[in-house]
Amino acid sequence: MAERVVGIDLGTTNSLVAFMEGDRPVVIPGDDGSNLLPSVVALDERGNAVIGNAARRSLIETPERAIYSVKRLMGRGVEDIGEELKLFPFRIARDLTAGEVMRIQLGDKTFTPPEISALILRQLKRNAERFFGAPVDQAVITVPAYFNDAQRQATKDAGRIAGLEVLRLVNEPTAASLAYGLDKKKNGIVAVYDLGGGTFDISILKLHDGIFEVISTNGDTHLGGDDIDNLLITIALNDIEGELGLDLRRNGEAVQAIRKAVIDAKIALSSQPSAKIDLQLPEDKRYQREISRELFERLIEPVIQRTVGPCRQALRDAELTPGKIDEVVLVGGSTRIPRVRQLVKELFQREPHSELNPDEVVALGAAVQANILAGGSEATKDMLLLDVTPLSLGIEALGGVVAKIIHRNSTIPASATEHFTTGVEGQTSVAIHVVQGERELAQDCRSLARFDLKGIPPMPAGLPRIEVKFLIDANGILHVSAREQRSGKAAEISVQPSYGLTDEQVENMILESFDYAEQDFAQRQVIEARNEAETILAALEKGRRNPAWSALTSIERDQIAKLENALRTVMNENDHQAIRKAIDALNQGTMRLAELMMDSAVGQALKGKTMETADVGEGPSAPHPFAPAEFKD
Amino acid sequence: MAEQKTFAISILQDSHTGACWSCGDMRAAHFCDSCGKVQPAAPTDYFSFFGLSKKLHVDTAQLEHDYYALNRKLHPDLYARMSGEEKNWSLEKTSQLNDAYRTLKDPIARTEYLLKLEGMNFEEQSKSATEQARTSGEVKKQAVPPDMLEEVFELNMQLEEARMNKKIGETDESLSRDLEQTKTHLQQKFDGYFEELRGYWDEWDALLDVEQAGHVVDPAQRQSVLNKLIDLLNRRSYIRNLVRDVNEVLEG
Repeated sequence: MAERVVGIDLGTTNSLVAFMEGDRPVVIPGDDGSNLLPSVVALDERGNAVIGNAARRSLIETPERAIYSVKRLMGRGVEDIGEELKLFPFRIARDLTAGEVMRIQLGDKTFTPPEISALILRQLKRNAERFFGAPVDQAVITVPAYFNDAQRQATKDAGRIAGLEVLRLVNEPTAASLAYGLDKKKNGIVAVYDLGGGTFDISILKLHDGIFEVISTNGDTHLGGDDIDNLLITIALNDIEGELGLDLRRNGEAVQAIRKAVIDAKIALSSQPSAKIDLQLPEDKRYQREISRELFERLIEPVIQRTVGPCRQALRDAELTPGKIDEVVLVGGSTRIPRVRQLVKELFQREPHSELNPDEVVALGAAVQANILAGGSEATKDMLLLDVTPLSLGIEALGGVVAKIIHRNSTIPASATEHFTTGVEGQTSVAIHVVQGERELAQDCRSLARFDLKGIPPMPAGLPRIEVKFLIDANGILHVSAREQRSGKAAEISVQPSYGLTDEQVENMILESFDYAEQDFAQRQVIEARNEAETILAALEKGRRNPAWSALTSIERDQIAKLENALRTVMNENDHQAIRKAIDALNQGTMRLAELMMDSAVGQALKGKTMETADVGEGPSAPHPFAPAEFKD
Repeated sequence: MAEQKTFAISILQDSHTGACWSCGDMRAAHFCDSCGKVQPAAPTDYFSFFGLSKKLHVDTAQLEHDYYALNRKLHPDLYARMSGEEKNWSLEKTSQLNDAYRTLKDPIARTEYLLKLEGMNFEEQSKSATEQARTSGEVKKQAVPPDMLEEVFELNMQLEEARMNKKIGETDESLSRDLEQTKTHLQQKFDGYFEELRGYWDEWDALLDVEQAGHVVDPAQRQSVLNKLIDLLNRRSYIRNLVRDVNEVLEG
């Protein structure tokens, strides 16, 4: 069987893992039975990482040791998260030096955003491994379409740290279109409106005989349900101060309790005309408030109006009018808000689709893409995704202006070749500054990296001709290579990512994560033991249908049933040694059955029957189907 | 049908071949003719990549068809779990494919690309040069098309006046109306260039037909068509910039 490749939606609020089961993508639940893993990480008293629902409790009880919405920090520098810090309880490590990758304080430890995301990914990996009873090492991970190079790189790093080979980063709205497109393989223009917990994307695609071609994409990587929550929290905090004379802004515990209450109210308002907030506060005070849907819609209007600009731009870039869009698809939990649906309907002049669960559709699409990358199946035959780069790539030219070399909405992989030369005689290196964005000045764009072309042979000024190739791969990540054309020498490039981990740092994190790997290893041993148990139980089933079974005494049969039950019970627990012990016991208990089966097989063979019809199972190479497995412990 | 087309492409590109890295057979451009394996990317121009001659009239429906067909065989998704080399070749070839398609499907980008291939320089009119001049405050050398000298002179006066008005917060309704009218006129002119462009494409393609039939084309004749194309693109981008300036004043 081909190795399993899973699809992962690493979301701001929730994360999911899915895979293709036959011709349908399905979400793999966690051990609590839930499909959604809250993207929350906390450290317990002993400093162990807790992920998901368990960590969510810690968010209120020990907020200084918990973090949520870490996706907002991926691939960003300390200097550009000032706004986030006002609204989110992110605790930045105090000992950060300039130019260093940001680290977050959790208890007395610090973590980079990719490391925290890796903890979430590792949990999803574990969930998948428990589900399959087999290791999972390869994944497709989704990212917001509007993520820039640094944010994509950080996501890929997180995968590596979690022990996953990231076969592809797929844009979330595009993934969603794959999930929808699986059913109705029809042609036409589709718009995907994806308003999630922290990010907004709009993508316009052309479907053509199984080819999903993205024509344009736009968005805002800091716009989502979080912003609605923060707005409501601010209003509540102001109310509480005004009405009750209580300033809770610095009380982390109280703010988290308010946050939970307003989120509950927000969710309720999607199905009810009004919702109540009723909160017990410090100093024996109580905050009560009723919010009508009408008021709620008025409050959130400015937030959701911010999605209009990107939608219009995406239409302009695709050179389409709303009337030319055949289908509109809703993705992301925030599209449950009735006012959001209405806005989408107004924008595209048609009723949007939401048949698939907006929380799950991205993960399902990631599973479809994972299946395509793993070699495809009948269901995904002829499906091919052609995505685009969301932002223009440019290099800083004289005077700080940007010379665009790959325009936004270019289908990826895409490349551009540029030529550089020296300005001074004997100059042996040239500095290049690569930026991403639409603005005319480099200072207004996102700095991606500064490259130093070194090892240029000394020549008079202007004579060297250095050819630099910029290539954006299918993940939307930039690669650069250079060659001095006169000497034919490959110029050396030293890359300094503006906001990101170096390869070395990632390697170190993989090593450090061996602290956690112990836990993973234990999990894997349990999985292996369970697999062996399945094998022996299957062999026993076969044995029961063998004539040899009736040759056993009833005491022997009872004993076997007892051992079998013992194994079935212990199998569901997480103790691999106990499982192994039960396997050994059952092996011993079925020794005589195996012998009898062998004898009858030999007897049958002498009568001219084959080994196969004797149903020994494995044939001569495995004379004892219940032979104890060899342990390497 | 897609298969056939790919085959045709490989025959056309047979001129720069070596042996297939995988089976040793003579190599075609994108795939080996015998074993079908993807081949390393070779430097090639965008027209040749699609097996086209350098004609400016391109059947874009056919181009799209070929683009999809090649993607179905070259795309990195199909090579995700293959050897490092094949994976890299697929990545490079698909980027060439995308770059070529993006350029050829757009009439202006295609024309500019041909001019570049023919060694023509029209950098002064490029967007980056315009942006650079705008930022550094230098006057960009850009010749006003002779037939428009008077109109441009008057327009610039009007724009100057409108900007002054805006600074002091006044609006001049009749001036705005004039500018709107000028804009519409410029836009019509801009759209009209496309017909003219197609006329020059005809001239260029006819020259190629002569060459392909084995005759020699007078270099001066060839140069004259290229000059006409450059001149047209320059006028076109000049008008585009004017429209943008008017828009800035009207919208801002």
